[in-house]
Amino acid sequence: MTVDSTAARKPRRSSSKRAGKPAASPGQPELVQLLTPEGVRVEHPDYSIDLTPEELRGLYRDMVLTRRFDAEATTLQRQGELGLWASLLGQEAAQIGSGRATRPDDYVFPTYREHGVAWCRGVDPTNLLGMFRGVNHGGWDPNENNFHLYTIVIGSQALHATGYAMGVAKDGADSAVIAYFGDGASSQGDVAEAFTFSAVYNAPVVFFCQNNQWAISEPTERQTRVPLYQRAQGYGFPGVRVDGNDVLAVLAVTKAALERARTGQGPMLIEAFTYRMGAHTTSDDPTKYRRDEEREQWEAKDPILRLRAYLESEGNADETFFAGLETEADALAKRVRDAVRSMPDPDNMAIFENIYADGHALVDEERAQFAAYQASFAEESN
Amino acid sequence: MAAEKLSIVKAINASLRTALETDPKVLIMGEDVGKLGGVFRVTDGLQKDFGEDRVIDTPLAESGIVGTAIGLALRGYRPVVEIQFDGFVFPAYDQIVTQLAKMHARALGKIKLPVVIRIPYGGAIGAVEHHSESPEALFAHVPGLKCVSPSNAADAYWMLQQAIQSDDPVIFFEPKRRYHDRSEVDTEAIPGPLHAARTARPGTDLTLAAYGPMVKTCLEAAAAAEEEGKSLEVLDLRSMSPIDFDAIQASVEKTRRLVIVHEAPVFLGTGSEIAARITERCFYHLEAPVLRVGGYHAPYPPSRLEDEYLPGLDRVLDAVDRALAY
Ligand SMILES: Cc1ncc(C[n+]2csc(CCOP(=O)(O)OP(=O)(O)O)c2C)c(N)n1
Repeated sequence: MTVDSTAARKPRRSSSKRAGKPAASPGQPELVQLLTPEGVRVEHPDYSIDLTPEELRGLYRDMVLTRRFDAEATTLQRQGELGLWASLLGQEAAQIGSGRATRPDDYVFPTYREHGVAWCRGVDPTNLLGMFRGVNHGGWDPNENNFHLYTIVIGSQALHATGYAMGVAKDGADSAVIAYFGDGASSQGDVAEAFTFSAVYNAPVVFFCQNNQWAISEPTERQTRVPLYQRAQGYGFPGVRVDGNDVLAVLAVTKAALERARTGQGPMLIEAFTYRMGAHTTSDDPTKYRRDEEREQWEAKDPILRLRAYLESEGNADETFFAGLETEADALAKRVRDAVRSMPDPDNMAIFENIYADGHALVDEERAQFAAYQASFAEESN
Repeated sequence: MAAEKLSIVKAINASLRTALETDPKVLIMGEDVGKLGGVFRVTDGLQKDFGEDRVIDTPLAESGIVGTAIGLALRGYRPVVEIQFDGFVFPAYDQIVTQLAKMHARALGKIKLPVVIRIPYGGAIGAVEHHSESPEALFAHVPGLKCVSPSNAADAYWMLQQAIQSDDPVIFFEPKRRYHDRSEVDTEAIPGPLHAARTARPGTDLTLAAYGPMVKTCLEAAAAAEEEGKSLEVLDLRSMSPIDFDAIQASVEKTRRLVIVHEAPVFLGTGSEIAARITERCFYHLEAPVLRVGGYHAPYPPSRLEDEYLPGLDRVLDAVDRALAY
């Protein structure tokens, strides 16, 4: 999908004094918004976007299929087919908007929750499940879609993205790099160091923070006393807060940030203001720390319903489209289910595979001992 | 409260509660330890009863957690910090190794660092990457740190009390796969020394030495071996730094054979040190080389393979057979 954005110029840091902006909710710093929660299109002076009906339907399709994939994975975990699942429910717009803003030659460094971004990058969704099923630690070749492996240790990948971007710049290439992380991760030293390095070396990297309001049980206030996007200023690059449930705004802002990076203007921080509608992972119990009303408030800002309202009000999608998409989602769910259930356990010897690129005598020795030991059971049972 | 059957989780919770009650300088710190009560519910209810000033939800930053705990200790507090999972201690490794471990010596003994770092460790819970590791040797190797691991609820209760009362930094490794195992805890007992090994099961033919999660595995192995007429002694080492070599030596002088079991990779692991020292000390008593059973020189595998990777009954008994065959 190609998306045309006229917002290639350098974004300025938002200032609440500028006129003609959509009203921010009281007490909240301004959000870049192009589609209100009711699905009404609004303009923003710094970020604009002009999409064809087909492109709009494409974004909608991405979000619906991603949500369906995510729901299926949650169900599979409940059925014991996956050991764990980290749901993206509620964060579809943040992920699809930013994912669709990337070019094939850009490089993405995700956390463990970027299923929607993976979808945009062309990673087969079934490949995302091996790690959660416990059959592998990755499941895809990062270089095939320029989509790096999921990173569980919070914040580490921000540095990898920065280093990769430094390499891109050294090579004189005009691609960009995007690093995903959460609001909790903003507390990690690695993220602060990534900000420092990227600024100092003017690395073409976009930091995409999905502020879903929680780091397991800890609210964002446990990580910061200033809005996260404002952190960027202290490092010397721009930061912007975008409505993370507004796929159009996320797309426009991320396109602009990537374009900025590509044209040698250095890093930028995007804070996608969104909400984790479900539990942190399937192991988590949010009733311990969070009120139901909060989720209800955010349900009113649902990214998918919002775009649907817009599509319908403009007459850009009809019942046939929605029904067709429903069928497509069912098919995807079935494909995912079948793929997971038939996913084989790895061969025992995989324990010793790919530990070193050049081989290692100790591994060879232990592999041989392990094989002999395993074989001794086969002999016994013969 | 006298003797009561508790899970390890509940015993640690009770121990933390006692510590908070008896010493106003004790603080609990970590990610999600407050309202949630920790991801394993070890700190359940403590913030409610002792407040946010004593049971502190920290920002998501391990270096920050340990670094500030050091500062608080310098100011006279006794922080007990929780690292959420074994694999997430490494952002704090720098603070632990380069700072926490060395400050007492650098200050000519004039300052004390009573910091306890609790780490749920080890595998067999079907988790994803970084949630199943056994990094104890990396800490035991560092002079200035003490490392312990309880294997049952009573030790969990008492060893944590002792760790908190210690003026030295203690890394407290909690065997997460055993968290819900229940056993008798007498909160009025007089505990033995923190770093003394304990004979978990007496025997005469061979000594199995283990700590933390592998003690139970070794007890099961000893029970299975008994059916074959072999009498195995199981030593629960309880402490990986210092190690109670005298207790191991006494046992080996009796049984003449030693097998050490831990989940961590065998190569340069805790067992390597024990094998070397016991070989030095007991050369003329040994009837067989000291054997080690543990993890391979391989990253902790995806969970579907962890049963192959972790030492189980079969691998322990296989080593026992090999030692007895000499
Ligand atoms: C270094 C490290 N410490 C702790 C954890 C355990 N942990 C996993 S996710 C998480 C919260 C992450 O919150 P945030 O960064 O806001 O991302 P979100 O999951 O909300 O998208 C924590 C504490 C970890 N994975 N890595």
